[in-house]
Formats: sequence, structure tokens, C-alpha cells
Amino acid sequence: MRMPEKKLAVAGALALAAISHLAVARTIAVAPGDGAQGRLQEALITAHPGDVVELGAGRFALDDGLSLDVDGVTVKGAGMYATVLDFAGQKGAGEGLLVTSDDVTLRDFAVEDAHGDGIKSKGADRVVYRRVRVTWSGAPKETNGAYGIYPVQSTGVLIDGCVVRGASDAGIYVGQSKDITVRHSIARENVAGIEIENSRNALVTANMVTGNAGGILVFDLPGLPVMGGGNTVIENNLVVANDTPNFAPKGNIVAGVPRGTGVMVMANDGVLVEHNTLENNPTAQVLVVAYPKAFEDKRYNPYPRNVVVGDNLVRGGGDDPQLPGGAQLKAALGGALPPVLWDGLGKPGEALMVAASLPGLSLNLPAQGASAEAARPSPLKLTAPVKRVDRASVGAPAALEARIAR
Amino acid sequence: MKRLVLLAAALTALVAASPRPDALADGARVNDAAVTAEGYPQTLAEFGFFADAAAQVPADGVVPYRLNTPLWSDGAEKLRFVYLPKGAKARAQGEGLLDLPVGAALIKTFAFPAGGKRRLIETRVLLHRASGWVALPYRWNAEQTEARLALAGARLALTTPAGVAIDYAIPNKNQCKECHALSGAVTPIGPKARNLAATWLAAQVRAGRLDAVPVVKTRLPVWEERDGAPVALAARGYLEANCAHCHNPEGSASNSGLDLRWEQDDPYRTGVMKRPVAAGRGAGTFEFDVVPGDPEHSILPFRMASTEGGVAMPELGRASVDPAGIAVVKRWIATMRR
Repeated sequence: MRMPEKKLAVAGALALAAISHLAVARTIAVAPGDGAQGRLQEALITAHPGDVVELGAGRFALDDGLSLDVDGVTVKGAGMYATVLDFAGQKGAGEGLLVTSDDVTLRDFAVEDAHGDGIKSKGADRVVYRRVRVTWSGAPKETNGAYGIYPVQSTGVLIDGCVVRGASDAGIYVGQSKDITVRHSIARENVAGIEIENSRNALVTANMVTGNAGGILVFDLPGLPVMGGGNTVIENNLVVANDTPNFAPKGNIVAGVPRGTGVMVMANDGVLVEHNTLENNPTAQVLVVAYPKAFEDKRYNPYPRNVVVGDNLVRGGGDDPQLPGGAQLKAALGGALPPVLWDGLGKPGEALMVAASLPGLSLNLPAQGASAEAARPSPLKLTAPVKRVDRASVGAPAALEARIAR
Repeated sequence: MKRLVLLAAALTALVAASPRPDALADGARVNDAAVTAEGYPQTLAEFGFFADAAAQVPADGVVPYRLNTPLWSDGAEKLRFVYLPKGAKARAQGEGLLDLPVGAALIKTFAFPAGGKRRLIETRVLLHRASGWVALPYRWNAEQTEARLALAGARLALTTPAGVAIDYAIPNKNQCKECHALSGAVTPIGPKARNLAATWLAAQVRAGRLDAVPVVKTRLPVWEERDGAPVALAARGYLEANCAHCHNPEGSASNSGLDLRWEQDDPYRTGVMKRPVAAGRGAGTFEFDVVPGDPEHSILPFRMASTEGGVAMPELGRASVDPAGIAVVKRWIATMRR
């Protein structure tokens, strides 16, 4: 049978469309060397959705921040130790790499010595960080950038197999976001290892968090566009020897994190901390507090609610508490503070529930904003834990998992 | 035969889409297709915005304007122009941005003095296309004969009018958007009615290029005349022009919760006794953005006085500090009652 000419033309056009569609998903290879800044930035600008910007092995000497604003792009290196974006010579911009588009995948490369933050993704929904390393060289210091991996105001965040070191604020900081998974990552020698701030539905699991001033922080702060953090699960993490002196610039909220804190929860509604290994965190293995400062924001609730500390494997810790009167407290308690420390603020029976296996101490502060000098410590009265998080809504969307399986 | 006709039609379309050399030769007509068609023209000349580009003499339909209080960019001289296609009209939107139709363009040239002459460094264009606004940077050559697209930005050494040797940054296309983004879409920043001279606006209405003279309650002070203006207005005008494009609820710095727009009247939102969120070491040793009566302990002037990545604000657009801007902001903070 002879095909009518018109139909043939349509079929041809469709075939052409299919081919050009395939042609659209390109791989753009960028090698280190002369002019890397311009070549890489141009690739990030001219990429189309679906494209892979492939970074060659070696060290890219960059003198400016980079940015990506195209949806659906993958930036892929040859490995987190093989491909290094070196920002030591950076002259401008507030971060090494800035991502402002959706459905971006960042994988298998490193960002070193960024002058501001390492990688920031803002308003970038469904972002994946996979085997990305963000580090600052030398001893941890105040002049290092603030955040290593920094997704903010995003829905859908998956951070998997990453390494962060040396951030003068938080190594991994997820702010004002929801539907978040941080897992299989290493955070060491930052002020805060991993911080979930003003965010909901976060799962922080199977990470190694060590040598930070504070290990894992779950904060809710006033005065932000997005507040009401909670429904967060911290489980199966190794939170060990977070004993680096706090090197955050004074005035910063994390500058107030006592050196030696394993897991710290400030304000928030619904946080579950269980099945972690908490070892040798010298102030407290778990610290639960109200927001300690004055605030004007009427929408804000400064108290912890429905915080549950379930069974955790605890060893050592509490033996060098960085708290006013800590030394006397420690002596009175036989050489170490118990693993769970609460400032005593929030509704009794609602603020905090702790598994029977974990002893604790309440500082019994008289009111929100009171100084620690007003503490009247007493053993924590146990309340049987009732799990108050909605597990079904915790974590990054499944579609993000599919992206790293490839 | 039919095929031949199609081919001819295609060729005609191609010719129509490319710049018409004859129109450019007389230097007086803007190439509307370059403004509105998708794609990135490789040279500034392709737009035909200037009758004499090196001398910055505009073509027909390209009108110069100034802002009462401008963004400070290392002391660069800025030459601003707005282009409206023939017969097109902008619409007033109260005190805010003029609503420029598709086909319009904003053109801004940055120049520094060099050897007693004006040296053009770059010309940035904002093109209003059917798909939205597009921001592109063009870099002038040393001979001042041509400005070429610098999609990935560039750096060059120059000396500011204040005599500071800097590594000047031409922003890349994404960096253009960092400042020009509102809820993620590129938008103009400058031509807001409240930051434009009443006489200029009236002239545009008379020329049929603007539908009505916008009603403005309080105009931003003219920067050169700031000493005669209330210090709060001078400072808030400066913050509006230099900070508010990011520090607003829909801008790149929305997550900070700091809102420095002219119209924001809640002192806390403008930084008064507001703690920083994710400033990191940008906060220095200070606790609040603005401490009334105490500029030396306020984060705002501290960050304005820095040139260090991660501390300096604005993050983009300057490599040196603006003593005049800092002075006004400090005076404003000093006069606030504790």
C-alpha cells in the first residue's frame, strides 16, 4: 500500500523531532587548564535541560564564583578527589557555586577553599548532591567560608555520600526547606557538622559526624520568611567526639553552640533522635533547648515540642561540659553529666520525651531568655516516649533516589 | 516547483531575521529583531542602539535617563538609556517600575576615566522579549571600536576615580540575573517612578512614550544633593538602590528576611535589632544588622566597608568601598534613638 504523502511527511517530522530530542541531551566536557573559569561558566550558561556538564579530572583554578540557572542539568566530575574546583584565588561572589534552577544533580567533584559558602542552591527544588566534597584546607578557622553544602528555600533535597570539612558555620546546612534527606555523608571539623534549620520533613541518617564543635543541629529561628521547623528524624548516625573548640565568628547563632554537643535541638515541633551512636561528646550527647534570645516575631514559637530521644547507643561524654557552672555540676554528678541535657523550657510532658535507658538532667531555667546562671539543675523526670513524627512524609522524594541510581 | 517556492520563502525569512546592514549603516535605527528574537547577538552593534556607540550618542527611540539615587559600582560613570519601539508606550505603575512593553530595552554603559578620557568598559542590555526579560553583558575592546558579548563575564584591571586599583568584574549572564531576579524571573531594577525625575517622566508623557505621569509620594533624594535631604531618606534611598534588588521578599536574598526596599516601613524588617540568619562570618563580631545609635556595632555598615568575599555586601558589582554610601548609612544609624 502506498502511504499518502501527507502521512509520510508527518511521520518524517515526528522522526526528526525524536532525533532532535535525543540530540538535545548533550554531554558538554570541560577540562581544567587555561581559561577554565570562562569555559566552565559558559558551559553552565549555555547548557540545556537534560545536559550533562562533565568536569574532567584535575584542578580547576577559579578566580570567581560559578553559577547555574538552567533546570535539569547534571554537573558531574571524575570523582570527589579527582576533580577539584579550587576557589583559593576567588575574587568575588558569595559562594563557590550557586545553583538557582530546579532538578539539578551535582556529583563526583570537590569544591575547595571557597571564600564564602561552598555550594549554595537557593530556591532550587529537587536538588541532588551526590559524592560531592566541600572542604577548606588547613586547620579549622574563623576565616573559612560559612557553609559547605547549603540548600535553602527548596523543596526536595537529597544529600548522599558527601564530605564536608572546615566550615566556619555548618558543613551541611539545609535552611527553610522541606522533604530532605542527608545521609551517608561525613561532616568533620566544622563548627556545626550538619544543621537543619527552619525546615520540615528532614531525615538525617547514617552519617559520620565527628570533630565538629556541635554534631547535628536541628534549629528553628525567628524572623525568617520560613519558620515552623519540625517533623525531623535523626537516626543511625555516628556522632563521635565533637570536641573542636567553637571557631564561629562571635555573634553568629552557632557561636552559641557549646563545644562538645552531639545532637542539639532548638525549638522545633516533632524531632525524633534514635538509634544513633553517641560517643564522647564532652558537653552533652543530646541537648534540647528553647531559643535563648529575645525576639519580636509573633509567629514564632521558641520552645521545643514533641522532641523524642529514643534508644541510642551512648558511650562516654558529658565529662567536660562547656556550660556556666559546668565544672561544679560535673563534680557533683560524679565526674560526668548524663547524656541528655534539657534547659527545662517548654511544656512538661510535651517538650521532651526520653527513653528509659537514657538518664538526663534538666537545668530548670525559669523562663525563655534566662541566662544559664539561673539554672537549678535536677535529674530529668522521664516521660515515656511516644513517637511524634510522621515518617511517611519524612525525607527526599523517591524520584531523587532514581536519579542517583543511574 | 513547490519546493522552490518554500526555499525562497525560507531564504526571505532568514534575511529578514538578520540585521539589515543598510539600516545599521546610517546608525540611527534600532534593529527590533535583535531585541525580540531568541538568541544572543554577539556584538552590541547588532542592536543598533547607538548612532555613535563610542561617543554614546543614542539612535532614534533610545532615550537617556538618570536615577535620583543610583547603584554605586566602584565609582563608574553610568550612561543609561531606555529604548521603546516606534509607537510603543510604557505604562506607569504607581511609584514602582515602569511597565515596559515587549520589544523595549534598557541599556547601561559603564565607563571609567583613563588618561583624561572616558574609557567604556562594558554595556549591559536588558531585552524585553515575548519569553521575558533577558540580561546580557557586552565588553568594550581597548580600541573602543566594538563591544562583544561576554556571556561568561570577564575581569580586567582598572583604577577607580578614587584612585583605587581594582580587578573589575563584568558580570556573567547568571550574575546579571542574581540582582535582576524577582521570584526567579529576570526583571529591571532601576526605572522605578520614585527614583526618576518628575521632569523626565513628564517629558516622556509629552513625547507619547509613557501613558501617564506616575504619582509619587516621596521621591528618592538626588544623590548629589543628599546633604540637603533628611538623612533617613538619603540612607533608605541608598539602601533601596544598592541592596533592595536582592534584599526583598522575592529577591535573591529573600532567605535573609532582611527587606531594604524603600516601601518597607517595619524597622525590624529593615534590620533594626534584627539578627542575621546565615551571614556566617559576614556578621563579623556583631549581633544585629542595625543597632540604633551605634553604627560601629551594626552589621550593615561593617559589610559595606569590606571587600572580602563572604563578607562584602553587595556580593556582586563592586571591588572597592563607597565611603559616601557608608557615611550616609552610618549617619542614619547614629541618629536613630536607642
